[in-house]
Amino acid sequence: MSEPLLQVVNLQCERDGRLLFRDLSFSILPGTLTRVEGSNGTGKTTLLRILAGLNDSYSGEVMWRGQPRAWQREEFLRNLLYIGHRPGIKPLLTPLENLRALMAGRQQTDDQTLWRALEGTGLGGFQDVPSRNLSAGQQRRVALARLLISEEPLWVLDEAFTAIDHAGVAAIEELLVQRAHRGGAVVVTTHHNLQLPDMGRITLGGVADDR
Amino acid sequence: MTAEATVTITIRSEASSIGVLPAMWAVLMRDLQGAFRQRQDLLNPLLFFVMVVSLFPLGVSPAPAFLKEAGGGILWVAALLSVLLSLDHLFRHDYDDGTLEQLVLQPQPLFLLLLAKTLGHWVVTALPLVLLTPLLGVMMQLEGSSIAVLCLTLLIGTPVLSLIGSIGAALTLGLRSAGVLLSLLIIPLYIPVLIFGTGTVTAAADGAAVSAYMALMGAFLVLALTLAPFASAAALRISLSNS
Repeated sequence: MSEPLLQVVNLQCERDGRLLFRDLSFSILPGTLTRVEGSNGTGKTTLLRILAGLNDSYSGEVMWRGQPRAWQREEFLRNLLYIGHRPGIKPLLTPLENLRALMAGRQQTDDQTLWRALEGTGLGGFQDVPSRNLSAGQQRRVALARLLISEEPLWVLDEAFTAIDHAGVAAIEELLVQRAHRGGAVVVTTHHNLQLPDMGRITLGGVADDR
Repeated sequence: MTAEATVTITIRSEASSIGVLPAMWAVLMRDLQGAFRQRQDLLNPLLFFVMVVSLFPLGVSPAPAFLKEAGGGILWVAALLSVLLSLDHLFRHDYDDGTLEQLVLQPQPLFLLLLAKTLGHWVVTALPLVLLTPLLGVMMQLEGSSIAVLCLTLLIGTPVLSLIGSIGAALTLGLRSAGVLLSLLIIPLYIPVLIFGTGTVTAAADGAAVSAYMALMGAFLVLALTLAPFASAAALRISLSNS
């Protein structure tokens, strides 16, 4: 068993006076796929934002490779790829410019790699169209193009496949499986019916409010 | 979709990361690129500035004596309000489309990235005002030396306004109608800058030495440069935590 990338110990989070989850503990190991499940409003997004380090209002401990994450924030962020509800695409910029800006602070890439990644997501020929002229699914694909060139070992994908067609989702499933094979760790939430072998599950909901 | 064959998945150490300066440059470039794609937005603060300034001679008095006396103050107040009006846009669009989350998750110190972002905001909203000031100064019957001093104070003062404003903009980000609260939070902090900015122009018009005033303005700028990015980074984290 390899060392866990991310460890969550006794996580508890309250939102608007409502307890979302408590005593939540799990580990994310390299080479695993984990799906966070639960119906609407059970805190899937909140949990993923906590895992990504966007939400700091929780109690409990989040450890990155055995050490508290708060001590090594930059180290942690270097190894994390987070794609959320809002894809982070600027409507006025072209897909290529968007992808370039998203990758700029993370890893050295040349335009040719970015170009190929966009082609890989089916956006060949759209590189120079302003993103606001693209459909919602195409905009999402621009953000997902990062998956094709990402070196980060930990992926946190929050509803990242909304507005993607069936063929696209199948391709992403394939990509996630490959990724896990090669030692990456993936945490996802999705309402799509993902068919992935060896998928871990974290089910939220069902905290009895005993106050 | 298939991944690039060259992609390697390893724990990434400090050596494989992007330096702070290229990352700041990328943030600045993206904001400037976006701003120049939507040029009519660039004109808004500028138009506001010109309109406010040109209404004073019409509304109060076109007498050269009055304009000479009040011109510096009017230009400063107009610039301040113009910066204040544009502040809400500093983070709002990025917040709505999710780029702000990605910015916070970049593996560089957030305060430096925000410094780059604020610089970009200043370049597109406040710098044009400074460049237009000589023209409006002539319209307000100011003398050449006063105009030079006025431009210099605005050049030093408007970055202070943008930097202080970034704290307020970050704090009020999660609110639906942030406008009034933002003004209430920020205007008290703007007042010292305004007082010394206009004070410098008055002193110059009276023929007094302005170096002491300038030094104070410079001190404001240094203070804002060193402290404001930290404060807005902290405020931004809080705002994003609650969204």
